[in-house]
Amino acid sequence: MNFSKLKKQVILKGGQILDPLTKTIVKRDLLIEDEKIKAIGKVKTTKSAQIIDCKNLIITHGFCDIHVHFREPGREDKETLETGSMAALAGGFTRVCVMPNTDPPIDSPEVIRYIIDRSEECPIYIHPIGAITKGQDGGELTEMGAMLAEGAVAFSDDGLPVTDSSMMRNALDYATMFDIPIINHAEDLCLKKDGVMHEGIISTNLGLPSSPDITESNMVHRDLSLTELTGGRLHVPHVSSAKSLEHIRSSKKSNKKVTAEVTPHHLFFTDNDLQNFDTNLKVAPPIRTKSDKKALIKGVKDGTLDCIATDHAPHTIEEKEGTFDLAPFGMIGLESCFGAVNKVLVKENNFKLLSLIEMLTTKPRKIMGFNNNLLEIGTSAELTILDPKEEWIFSKQDIQSKSKNSPFVGKNMYGRVKFTINKGHISSK
Amino acid sequence: MKHRHLLGLKDYPAEDIKSIIDTAFSFKEVLERPIKKVPSLNGKTIVNLFFENSTRTRISFELAQKRLSADTVNFSASTSSLKKGETFKDTAQNLEAMKIDAVVMRHPTPGAPLHLTKHIDAIIINAGDGTHEHPTQAILDMTSLYEKFGFLKGLKIAIIGDISHSRVALSNIYGLKIMGAEVTLCGPSTLIPPFVEDLGVDVNYNVDEVIEWADALNVLRIQRERMGGGLLPSIREYRNLFGITTERLSRHKKELVIMHPGPMNRGVEIDSAVADSDQAIILEQVLNGVASRMAILYLLLGGKLEEGKN
Amino acid sequence: MVSPKIKNIMNTEAIDRSIIRLAHEILERNHGAEKLMLVGILSRGEPLAVRLQSLIKKISGTKTPIGFLDITFHRDDFRDRLVVPQVKGTDINEPIDDKIIILVDDVLFTGRTIRAAMDELNAFGRPQKIQLAVLVDRGHREIPIKADFIGKNIPTHEGEHIKVLLKEIDDKDSVLLTQSRD
Repeated sequence: MNFSKLKKQVILKGGQILDPLTKTIVKRDLLIEDEKIKAIGKVKTTKSAQIIDCKNLIITHGFCDIHVHFREPGREDKETLETGSMAALAGGFTRVCVMPNTDPPIDSPEVIRYIIDRSEECPIYIHPIGAITKGQDGGELTEMGAMLAEGAVAFSDDGLPVTDSSMMRNALDYATMFDIPIINHAEDLCLKKDGVMHEGIISTNLGLPSSPDITESNMVHRDLSLTELTGGRLHVPHVSSAKSLEHIRSSKKSNKKVTAEVTPHHLFFTDNDLQNFDTNLKVAPPIRTKSDKKALIKGVKDGTLDCIATDHAPHTIEEKEGTFDLAPFGMIGLESCFGAVNKVLVKENNFKLLSLIEMLTTKPRKIMGFNNNLLEIGTSAELTILDPKEEWIFSKQDIQSKSKNSPFVGKNMYGRVKFTINKGHISSK
Repeated sequence: MKHRHLLGLKDYPAEDIKSIIDTAFSFKEVLERPIKKVPSLNGKTIVNLFFENSTRTRISFELAQKRLSADTVNFSASTSSLKKGETFKDTAQNLEAMKIDAVVMRHPTPGAPLHLTKHIDAIIINAGDGTHEHPTQAILDMTSLYEKFGFLKGLKIAIIGDISHSRVALSNIYGLKIMGAEVTLCGPSTLIPPFVEDLGVDVNYNVDEVIEWADALNVLRIQRERMGGGLLPSIREYRNLFGITTERLSRHKKELVIMHPGPMNRGVEIDSAVADSDQAIILEQVLNGVASRMAILYLLLGGKLEEGKN
Repeated sequence: MVSPKIKNIMNTEAIDRSIIRLAHEILERNHGAEKLMLVGILSRGEPLAVRLQSLIKKISGTKTPIGFLDITFHRDDFRDRLVVPQVKGTDINEPIDDKIIILVDDVLFTGRTIRAAMDELNAFGRPQKIQLAVLVDRGHREIPIKADFIGKNIPTHEGEHIKVLLKEIDDKDSVLLTQSRD
């Protein structure tokens, strides 16, 4: 991947500017000067200007992924904030929120400070999500106020559910003071037991221990009820089942404080794809049936699902190359995200490109309270340039993450990120 | 043979199952001779890679290999030394480096034999992968049924016991359905996997009805470890509801063939008298186990298939 | 296109006469039917052995015991070819120790079938003697094997093949010499 500093003057020439905030697509040139957006429309060029040919390309807000795992501190062998940043840029992401299940977990203002300081050195904006409970052990609330002051943007024990309902109630309640979302990884661990995939005809065929969809939806229902009770804000991560969607859809009718996300892999794969025991498809929550996938696509189209988040979860080769039972849960997803979701949603299911871009830009930013006015003159340039129709095959070379655990290798993609401009730098393939 | 390895019976070609059964009968004759040896696999090296204890299956394979004049090597890896799959991959690569011809593998994890095919070039035979498949057991069961009845198509087989945790059950279901038999499962509802009807089998919790219906019963071992796990209240309860007892069988006046993959819990899922009766073909299964494993090894390690000609 | 030339070397009567002569020779050489056991090599050695058994009974009054061998598992080319055994299979249900075994086959060619048969017989015991009776000897031995009783010698060239047809299997008796012309 090419990564270089922006020249003083950069002109994005001949492209279509898709603004998800104003919901417009117009053919304009764009001038970036001194890393900021200087002009849109008639652009005066100078001899020293760097010209980027954007013919047939779409220029839009840089993507924002509010659910990634960058493994720092503690497991820098899997990913660091730098390598994670490169993976993000390759996928068109300029801004991410990192989950706190690191070692030590991000459960104190000090560790939040660490992430904030480290992220200054990184080519993308990295926002820490703080843990809900100290040590993520479900025992005591973290110092949310202090962590927010240091730069935390939300709270989650992701990786693990908040099993104790009174603790979840307290977290939602406490967080109402700060108007930030609580994100709960919904999984009934008792019902899950040692399940490694979705309980269905496929798991029966494979003889693998499995867990049914209500392992997730029961807890989603609980979380939604607690949200109503407390008046707090809930964001449901990686929704995987039709049943969960039903609960969320119903709740959203009356509760504006509920948001939800979906991963590219839950939209792309079904449990049938696990027939060859590929450990890269071993994820939590598991990839479910064709009808769950259909329901998720419908949930995207009708707005029940607000945004796309990859749940980028790097694991080392050694960890993933063993037998299915021993492999850790998770797959990387930043680099393959756009090609995959664009294919499933826009190409195969008549979703509008503009709506998809919203789910990758304005909607996640709105959930986290980030600025959405990215095409305003004078703003620091934070842009993604993509080819919405390019057909390509995802390969190992497209992976920028330190880890390689992606089941998308070899799969057909539709649409491709060509350039990502952020923090005064431009990256491209 | 269509497939190079024998990893499971799912989608396995019916002709190949038939070839194995037919060849097994020829090898059965070899097992009756004073000198029970043929030179067919002379010079071939086969490793028995057992990550899980199983004396019976291993001995059966070992005998089959030795009767075919192959060289046998046994490798037992205790489960406690299995760390994070490193041992698995390293073990596989060590074997590859020693240039062996085939591996017979038993492992506690479903999918492990398929996983092994990615690391080594030898022919792999699945001797049981966790709760997934145990194809050689199903083949010897079908060989025994074929020997007893002369056909498999339309035969009514009941599999009784802990189906969820039984690789014997799953492989039998696949194999019997491919060969056109009818299968009914019977056991505690908590021990029957969900969606199992999708495999083309019936489920009936009334063991007496099942006995009336069936031509043969395949009685599975009830694992005592399952008690107290919330799945099964007690052995007494299981025996009352599902046990193949002398008393139960005496209530049904019919010809019935009794099978059991072993080892048996006499007095639990099956009474001693039933296991030792004339209806039971359990010992025949053991002999057919060696013969059908010989057939499998012979057909997989041989060259291109030709019609029998001398 | 290659068209085989087929020549009928022996017809039904010729075959019958040869087999009768073989029966007499076997009894003469062995001074009677005592200790004899016929072992036919599948597939066409089987009907020949059965015919010999009935002729020997006619001539000597003794019904010799009979057995059959499927040599598939003892072939020496098992490294190159996989052969699935006949449905009928090996059937030796009498002890062969101290018997005079008469191996019976239709055609003696390279000798490898006979070697395999003797190898297989080893698994059943130790005969006193093994003798070989064949309907046709076509030459071209590749190992040191000799027939004791021969119905007819038919020397062949490369490209020529001998095919024996027997009533019990092929609905007629005939020995054919075929030639593939290149």
